[in-house]
Amino acid sequence: MSGGTLDRRAVAAKLVQTADAAPGGPLLVVCGLGSAVYDIGAAGDRPENFYLWGAMGGAAMIGLGLALAQPTRRVLVVTGDGEALMGMGALATVAAMAPANLSIVILDNGQFGETGHQRSHTSLGTDLSVVARGCGWRNVAVVDDMAGVDALAPRLQTEALLAVIRISAAEVPRFLPPRDGAMLTLRLRQAIGVAPD
Amino acid sequence: MTELPWQDQVYAALKSAGVKQLAYVPDAGHARVIAMAHEDNDMHAVVCTTEEEGIALSAGAYLGGQRSVLLMQSSGVGNCINMLSLPINCRMPFFTIITMRGEWGEFNPWQVPMGSATEAVLKAAGVHVRRAERADEVVDIIAASATLAFDSHIPVAVLLSQRLIGAKVWTK
Repeated sequence: MSGGTLDRRAVAAKLVQTADAAPGGPLLVVCGLGSAVYDIGAAGDRPENFYLWGAMGGAAMIGLGLALAQPTRRVLVVTGDGEALMGMGALATVAAMAPANLSIVILDNGQFGETGHQRSHTSLGTDLSVVARGCGWRNVAVVDDMAGVDALAPRLQTEALLAVIRISAAEVPRFLPPRDGAMLTLRLRQAIGVAPD
Repeated sequence: MTELPWQDQVYAALKSAGVKQLAYVPDAGHARVIAMAHEDNDMHAVVCTTEEEGIALSAGAYLGGQRSVLLMQSSGVGNCINMLSLPINCRMPFFTIITMRGEWGEFNPWQVPMGSATEAVLKAAGVHVRRAERADEVVDIIAASATLAFDSHIPVAVLLSQRLIGAKVWTK
């Protein structure tokens, strides 16, 4: 049901490899609490990355609010299975709104990696791709090899897609991107061109 | 000129404040405003499965340059506490309007514990709380509180008292 063999850093790097050439302007990337923050940060910090160091379960809804506010830009939420499970209702809320410019990637290693590698629900029977379909997502992908990640990456910038990528649970070195929320907020708004208030 | 019902004036106040995204978990006391939001092509009306979703939506809206509001009832406040760290850490505005249960002619005892704790819990989590008791003060309080939230970048909640909303009638 869960977990896989893919190296999470290689997957994250591929997901954002062409982020700055996304349709409508540089891809806006919301990273859910946990290792997704380190993975996307390690691929190269950029002002369009918004890292969540808390607010567990909120990543998809932040992506929705941003996508509704910026309909000409592309938004990508990258999160883990634990964070997605905590905010599972948001998969229904986002599907109900069906923004055309938002995709969600769930890096699924079947574990709560931050807290001691306890098995998550995706190791215990839950399939988040099926949950997403049940919530009304029509465009759902499950990827478990790098060829699949290569094929997925451009689709994340043009479709409204939810993808579950099965990654290895192996530990990788920590990479700590900035965690000052006010700074991250200000720089993202400036990068988008939102006037200060 | 006939004065509009206060619920209609609330919607007008939200529009005047520049609100473009309205998240909600329904409550009868918000029904009119929710219906108006769905009829408005210039408002994203977002039904949430749980109230903290609305806080995260508000954060995303702010990142993208839009203003938002979350409508909920007092029982939903308990679902929100950890997510309130998001606007506070990020120095973002957050604006919510909360209909109170469990405080005035309440029939359902299950509403009382959270209704009694709502104001204290919000304050403990760092939210500025205002309370409207009378129909003739609701719109002023909402307009001033929206300004406080959006212009001072702080989380602000307006509580609409159960006496104002009217206790839910269960029996005839």
